[in-house]
Parts: sequence; C-alpha cells; structure tokens
Amino acid sequence: MDIYLLLYWEFFKIGLFCVGGGYASMPWIQAAVVDNYQWLTLNEFIDIFTISQMTPGPIGINAATFAGTKIAGFWGSIAATVGFVTPSLILCLGVTWLLKKYGDISAIKGILNGLRPAVIALIFAAGLSFLYLSVWNTETMPTDFSQFDTKGIIILALALIAVRRKMGVINLLALSGVLGLLLGIAGL
Amino acid sequence: MPENKMELQPGTRRFYWVLFKSTFLISAFTVGGGMVIIPLLKSKFVDEYGWIDDKETLDIVAIAQSMPGVMAINASIMLGYRMSGLMGTMVTLMATILPPLITMSLIALCYDLFAHNQYIQLVLKGMQCGATAIIINVVINLVQKLFKKKLLLPCLIFLGTMVAVLAFDVNLMYCVIVDGLIGLALLRNPKYN
Repeated sequence: MDIYLLLYWEFFKIGLFCVGGGYASMPWIQAAVVDNYQWLTLNEFIDIFTISQMTPGPIGINAATFAGTKIAGFWGSIAATVGFVTPSLILCLGVTWLLKKYGDISAIKGILNGLRPAVIALIFAAGLSFLYLSVWNTETMPTDFSQFDTKGIIILALALIAVRRKMGVINLLALSGVLGLLLGIAGL
Repeated sequence: MPENKMELQPGTRRFYWVLFKSTFLISAFTVGGGMVIIPLLKSKFVDEYGWIDDKETLDIVAIAQSMPGVMAINASIMLGYRMSGLMGTMVTLMATILPPLITMSLIALCYDLFAHNQYIQLVLKGMQCGATAIIINVVINLVQKLFKKKLLLPCLIFLGTMVAVLAFDVNLMYCVIVDGLIGLALLRNPKYN
C-alpha cells in the first residue's frame, strides 16, 4: 500500500479506538507504530512521550507528526495527523447531530462504561514496557531480573517519590534528565 | 448579552480570523492537555466574546471526554460547530492541530541530529525513567479510583482485559470491541457512569 495511505489508515484506527484521553492513546500507538510496523523503536516512542509532556499538544498528534515525519517526511506527518483526527471529526459531529435529534445517548454511555476499565488495563500494559526499558533496558519481559540498570532504578525511585508528592511534570522530567546525565558521567 | 460582545457576529470573515487566532494561540502555549486547554477556550469564547453559552460548553466537554480521540480536539470540533457550523469546525480544528504539528515536525527534524550524541542520550535515558514514573502514577490513580467505586463488573473487565493482553497477547482492538459490547449490554445503568 502507498505509504501515505498506510499512515493515514493506521492513525485513523488509533484515533478511532483510543477512548479516554492522552494516556489512553499510547497503547494503540505503541501497538501499531512500534510493535507492528517498527516505524519507531520503543526508545524513540518513549522519547516522543517525554517530549509530549513538555511541549504543547496532545500525545496522539505529536506521535502522529513525529512518526509521519520520520517515515515519509512532511507529507507523511500530514497524512498521519489528518488520519488521527478524522474519526474524532466524524464521531463528534455525528453525536452532536444525534443529541439534537434524539437527546438520548445512554447506549453510547453504556459502551463507554465498558471501555473505561479496559483502557486502564491497556495503559497498565504500556506502562510495563516503559518499566522494562527503564530498568532492564529490554522491550519485553526481562529474562533475568537481576540484570538491572542501577542508574535507571535510582532515577525511577526518586521520580516516583517526586510524582507522588505532586511535583509538576515538566520539572520532574527536566530533573530526571539532569540526574541521568550526572549519574551517567559518574559512570553508573 | 452586553453590547460590546455583539461586535463580532459569528459567520463574518473577521469572526473566523479572530476564532482562528485565539484558538491557535491557546493551543500553541498550553502544555498539559485537555483539562488545561478547555477552560482557556471557554474563557475566550464564552466570557470574552459570548459566541456560545456556559451550559452548551459544559455539554460539549462531557461529550468530548467520552468520545475516542483527543479531548481538546473533540471539544474544539464541537465548539466550532456550535458556533458556526462546518466552517467553524474546520477553523477551530486547524487552529488546534497546527501548533503541535509545527512544533513536533521541527523536533522530529532535529531529533536525528541530537539523539546520537552520548550526553543527550544520558539525558533522554533519565527522562525515560521520569516518564515511566509518571505512567506508573497515572495507573495507580486510575486503579485506585476504579476499585474505590466497588462495582464488580468494571473491576472484572479491568482484570479480564489485563489477563487477555499480558498473558495471551490478544489484539487490543478485539479487547475494546468485546468490552464495548459488554458495556452496551450490561452497563447502561447510570450508576456506572
């Protein structure tokens, strides 16, 4: 298939199935872009996620733009981004119309009530692969859990304490970056 | 509606320009997702220009949150539509997605230049651990909220989906379709909302 069409279609599906906001789009993007097509490595994907936390714009759009640019240049980023927002456009206008006509969306609410817990499970699964990469430098379940990255564990533990104490996301990521640099130079 | 709000009637060329400009600027300078961007859009459209009323905006936010895709984009699509039809939608949608599209294209172009530098790699590695902590925190909060409601069925859906994805590697799409159908059949009672 034409690469632009493929980008459009894959991000269309991501836009259609990611219910529940920014974090919920990650498992979908990861499944398509990293696992299925290998357009990005898990490392690059997490970098996009990190950058998305610090720049304006939703993760979905950022990932679509980044992956699109990397795979097929400027027009690739347009194809992926437009694909990502097409389902939103159709569904939101459709629902606005339905509401006006019938005023009842209990069926849609029911579907969403079923999806919400599922989305948590999917984010959980995506979080696990982040964890594997941060601490064991592997994208899948580590075969040997004792082969961990000391630097990774130290930063992760400190970051967890900070985030539980409600430190802002940008400060947290900036400090984690500095810590990574210092510990790396120190040779850990 | 006060006099000064009447100056810019929806549908005029100047209206579209102001709509584009204000949405673009809000999208360009807001870091932190839908819950930050929507109050800003509201204060512009509702409080400053009076193009749309408070109650309608709240309805839109509720729908935007529950539709697939990104909340800020869903909201901007519907706000644009309610203010001035399809043309309004196109203007707000473009103005919302252009800033991240431009920023991210530039970053994507620079990424390859910088990402192989060993010091940058150390910084990125540190940030990865920070990002992991953020995700773990999000999951903890969501799971706590889910179990605090003490509703059996949603908890079962959560555990079932987790087993399906982690132990049996089931395609995410099948999970979502099955869970959506379960919701349609069994979770229409408002207590699950």
